[in-house]
Amino acid sequence: MSAITDLTISELQAGFRRGDFTPADAVRALEDRIATVDPSIGAYLSRDFDTALAAAEKADISLPLGGVPIGIKDAINVLGESCTCSSKMLAGYKSPYDATVIGKLRSAGAIPFGRLNMDEFAMGSSTENSAYQITRNPWDTSRIPGGSSGGSAASVAAREAFATLGSDTGGSIRQPAALCGVVGLKPSYGRVSRYGLVAFASSLDQIGPIARTTRDCAGILNVIAGKDIHDSTSLDLPAEDFTSQLGRDLKGVKIGIPREYFVDGMDQRVREKVEAAIRQCEHLGAELVEVSLPHTSYAVGVYYIIATAEASANLARFDGVRYGHRAQNPRDLLDHYMRSREEGFGSEVKRRIILGTYVLSSGYYDAYYLRAQKVRTLIRQDFTNAFEKVDALICPTSPDLAFKIGERTDDPLRMYLADIFTIATNLAGICGISVPCGLVEEDGKALPVGLQFLGKAMDESRLLGIADAFETSQATARPPIG
Amino acid sequence: MSSPNLDVRDVARLARIELTDEEATTFQAQLGRVLEYVEQLGTLDVSQVEPTAHANPVFNVFREDVSQPGLDRKVVLANAPHSANNLVVVTKVIE
Repeated sequence: MSAITDLTISELQAGFRRGDFTPADAVRALEDRIATVDPSIGAYLSRDFDTALAAAEKADISLPLGGVPIGIKDAINVLGESCTCSSKMLAGYKSPYDATVIGKLRSAGAIPFGRLNMDEFAMGSSTENSAYQITRNPWDTSRIPGGSSGGSAASVAAREAFATLGSDTGGSIRQPAALCGVVGLKPSYGRVSRYGLVAFASSLDQIGPIARTTRDCAGILNVIAGKDIHDSTSLDLPAEDFTSQLGRDLKGVKIGIPREYFVDGMDQRVREKVEAAIRQCEHLGAELVEVSLPHTSYAVGVYYIIATAEASANLARFDGVRYGHRAQNPRDLLDHYMRSREEGFGSEVKRRIILGTYVLSSGYYDAYYLRAQKVRTLIRQDFTNAFEKVDALICPTSPDLAFKIGERTDDPLRMYLADIFTIATNLAGICGISVPCGLVEEDGKALPVGLQFLGKAMDESRLLGIADAFETSQATARPPIG
Repeated sequence: MSSPNLDVRDVARLARIELTDEEATTFQAQLGRVLEYVEQLGTLDVSQVEPTAHANPVFNVFREDVSQPGLDRKVVLANAPHSANNLVVVTKVIE
């Protein structure tokens, strides 16, 4: 039998039911695995084994996620635990409540476990913007794991978590999942409550799972989805089993290939892997249709106006008054605000707040923010038109392989362009998933490539079915760590 | 679209962020390049397009106006940088 930590959630639960091992064994196995590999990965900011073990001893394995430990991105509140968003601004903060998704995980028997590293306030694509530590890619520890949910993806890849929750504002679940060779799902806007997720850009943020299989992601979505009175953007939809379309082939499925997602400048090896994956889908019975999303090239520009504008408003709450960092001995209230925020925020957060404040400021609002909202309409319409012809879209998740730590930190614009294939999904509010589609050799190390499927809003069941058909037709690979 | 005319120090003050000289210089150059990049949005004719604020057609969401249980005062105050007498102590706001 392979190590417990190698198992998928489905396999873990089957083992619980057979009595091969218990949830407490699973927590202890994670403890050992984390002790072995996390010193070289750096995915966890903190973890509390004693609390997890106590929960595991009492776990009811008959529940949907009974006894399953789930790692949590450091942006999601868990009662009594730290929640720093990898920022000095929130050093020492203890969550006074559970996020809605955490309450739902607990009700389903899962064990929220550990705090996972991220780019500060989810602003970044490499997890290098954490104020606390670097997280390394398990496939090559000289490389970034992607971001902003880098800890959530790296921990699943390195077998030091079974599955995790991340958040995705412009690709922050899918891009790290792609670069770490695991599965990451961004649900449709409104599918999952964000209550208790520290807000970055409220018209774009969604919480979603990262796991080693599409099936595991579907199982977690079953638990965390649903209307919540604490998040007025969550939608009241009929109950749905997101695993209902798993285990099928792709016969009768129409998959669109958006020509704008196969651009010059993307890594040719990524392109080849994705093109091979597209042929594989055809082999599985899918009908391929070329489609056009003509406003794709505007998405990054629109995103960095809208996301920064919303962030500048959301992060105004960090004023050093009720919680968070407060500067010592302020001269007056203005000095209190300015120095608390100077000392608490890192560079990327400051840059984005300044940009967001600028695009909302008097005289520039129409030229930047309003125009970006109008172009957002055009980007949404592109998807609406495409989904009239096809059931899902297929494209790369990221134009590049995982890059070297430090390689892009001085060039924010280049870092922003890493999100070029994931950003439009959030602007349109649709759902997307990244699944592994092969490995490419670079500097003597194998690096994963991610394949992205996009589905129309609220069409997660079908999206998961399509991703599952592809994913299970492939051999799985694990990183050579520990 | 208007030409980028960003004074980083001025905007940082609006955003209530003190900047070091080094930050001001770096951000000025970096954000200038980002604004140049977003200039491409100016090439589209959007005069007939409605703006999208968010992806779902949900507008006003109301609930009954009845009080709901809140967070525990002691737990909340434990996160305050400075508290006394069950209250958050703030920096003086009136001279």
